[in-house]
Amino acid sequence: MRLEYTERQQRFREEVRQWLEQNAPKQPLQSFDTEEGFAEHRAWEAKLAAGRWSAVTWPKEVGGRGCDLIEWLIFEEEYWRAGTPLRVNQNGIFLLAPTLMEYGTEAQKQRFLPRMATGEDVWAQGWSEPGAGSDMAAIRSKAVRKGDHYVISGQKTWSTRAVWADWLFGLFRTDPESSRHHGLTFILMPLNLPGITIRPVKQLNGQTGFAEIFFDEVKVPVENRLADEGAGWQVAMATAGFERGLMLRSPGRFQQTAKQLVELYQRHREKADADPSVRDAVLRSYMDAEAYTLATYRTASRLAKGGQIGAEASTNKIFWSELDLLMHETAMRILGARAELMPHAPAAGDVGHWLDGFLFAQAGPIYAGTNEIQRNIIAERMLGLPRS
Amino acid sequence: MDFTFEEQQVAFRDAVRKFLMVEAAPELLREIWETESGRSRELRAKLADQGLTALSVPEEFGGIGLGDLDWVLINQELGYYAIPDSLSDTAYLAAWLLNRLSSDVSLKKKWLPKIASGAARIAVGHPVNPFVADAQLADLLLLWRDDEVHAVPREQVKLGFNPSIEMSRRLYQVEWTPSDATRVAPARIGKDLWEGVLNRAALAVSAQQLGLAQRMLDLGIDHAAQRKQFGKPIGSFQAVKHHLADVAVKIEFAKPVVFRAAQSLATGAPGVSVQVSHAKLAAGDAAWSSARQSMQVHGAMGYTWEADLQMFMKRAWALDAAWGDRAFHKTRVAQHILAEGAALGPGETFN
Repeated sequence: MRLEYTERQQRFREEVRQWLEQNAPKQPLQSFDTEEGFAEHRAWEAKLAAGRWSAVTWPKEVGGRGCDLIEWLIFEEEYWRAGTPLRVNQNGIFLLAPTLMEYGTEAQKQRFLPRMATGEDVWAQGWSEPGAGSDMAAIRSKAVRKGDHYVISGQKTWSTRAVWADWLFGLFRTDPESSRHHGLTFILMPLNLPGITIRPVKQLNGQTGFAEIFFDEVKVPVENRLADEGAGWQVAMATAGFERGLMLRSPGRFQQTAKQLVELYQRHREKADADPSVRDAVLRSYMDAEAYTLATYRTASRLAKGGQIGAEASTNKIFWSELDLLMHETAMRILGARAELMPHAPAAGDVGHWLDGFLFAQAGPIYAGTNEIQRNIIAERMLGLPRS
Repeated sequence: MDFTFEEQQVAFRDAVRKFLMVEAAPELLREIWETESGRSRELRAKLADQGLTALSVPEEFGGIGLGDLDWVLINQELGYYAIPDSLSDTAYLAAWLLNRLSSDVSLKKKWLPKIASGAARIAVGHPVNPFVADAQLADLLLLWRDDEVHAVPREQVKLGFNPSIEMSRRLYQVEWTPSDATRVAPARIGKDLWEGVLNRAALAVSAQQLGLAQRMLDLGIDHAAQRKQFGKPIGSFQAVKHHLADVAVKIEFAKPVVFRAAQSLATGAPGVSVQVSHAKLAAGDAAWSSARQSMQVHGAMGYTWEADLQMFMKRAWALDAAWGDRAFHKTRVAQHILAEGAALGPGETFN
């Protein structure tokens, strides 16, 4: 065990910090769930890519730096520390890309990864359907093979940022006789194909974060298939592993929020201490953010020695989503009667982004597989309890 | 940056685990509970044969010369098997403290080899605890007085026994009189030494709590897999699964906190006190939660003397306030994060 950074790692941190100081936007961008904000975030992705910072773990040939996971964690820590914009292409870079690298052909990697790195192609995810949420194996949208094409019909929903995204990755049923997790295939397609209709869905914050996607005999070339026909479930599970596991939520995000929560508490301490449970929640927030960081470094070290991410990915997802809720609930309690105010309200004071974060935290225990599903996975695969 | 144990450390832990699995079955624990001393000479001798009493003693005094990181793995096992013995008080805390009393070589020469061989028991009294564990069996007591360290033979102390619901805990109030003859370190040296003892003791308890949490979870899993209702194992019901999954999450995220604090103790890294307190809080929370959920999953069986769960639950409940209760450790964490100019946030974890 050695819990110190090497000189090389320290130099890397310095390099990231300097670049972000010189290049990160000085003013916060508009929300990427608005059309203008989406464009601003896409431009930021291009700037990141120009400095070769958009996908540091990727090989150099496709736009990355070949960083290991510890360097990735260092990059992410600096990224969150600098208060830099959210990643509009996170579904592509953090979820699809690791899957492409594992299952994609060389041609697919060359075709998709460089344009993903620059933000020229922003990716949306097409998994959930009206009848397939937690029960993802109930997918009904079908892809019928006709010569060198699939013809796709059906409907996807809750597709994050699909209103303005360029490409979609998703699961479709290629074998009409199949049921459950058999006969599914992982397919990639541009969202401007004829036959695709995208209907924005307004989220509870009033912005258009999601979309429903309707497919009416959409023709997609066979070379857009990832891995074998019928292997979609296995490929999707790998993506889900990355999503719940390391990549979707790096610890820097929660450490930054915990730090801001401590600062908020310090500013309002006199009033906040009238409810003694607030101090306890602040301490707990700090400790849990540290624990999440330590657990991630531990996992990264294990992976570096040839280990695999298993069901502990599900423990991560529960832990960070509950931590995020705890921190934002605590901030709302500290802000008291002003917590409900929109940031531009005249008396908003230092309400800042807390309300926005509080709303988004409500979604944490639901997206990327509900926490109930994660608990089932932990119970069955980690603890060996019998299936329901 | 490498957050994994060395193969050797894991191999030693595995050997100890195998040994305890055979030598410390719940039936034996119950037998030892019923004895007057609550301790077994045979078990202690076997622990010594495994090298556990010699772990922290330097090689020049007949020991193995290992440290905090090795102990954190061993203490997990001592917790998992709820060993009825204050082994780590003698072999970890007292050995560490005696070895740092640099002025008094005769004291080291007298006691360290006896610790290593398993011939001596040494109790440690710190003001954070109102009681001294196993004082009655101790050959020597190392006691705090205004930050001084005193070494007092048992014949010179008066003991008052306080029975605990956890029958393997033997707790004593100790009356004694400090003198120049008992003082082995003055306050200016003793202050840091006692801080070192407190941190190691709290970490030892944290690691034991992790082991206990895992044991109670395992007992809950076994019960849920075997017990049938409505024609199915109760472990197939989601309500039961989710209780146990929540415990697994708490254990998973307490572990790295405990391991990290051990590494900081071993390397003398700054900020170790707040890390130890975090470890104690996280592991205590995991253990109490595991007790609560495993009890629930056990149903009425969990409320019986017969089911083994009670032995581990009582230990977990008792250890929560040993070597600093939650208020004590939360205060240490609060002092760190609420201090002016505290270094918090991304990138500060390992600084």
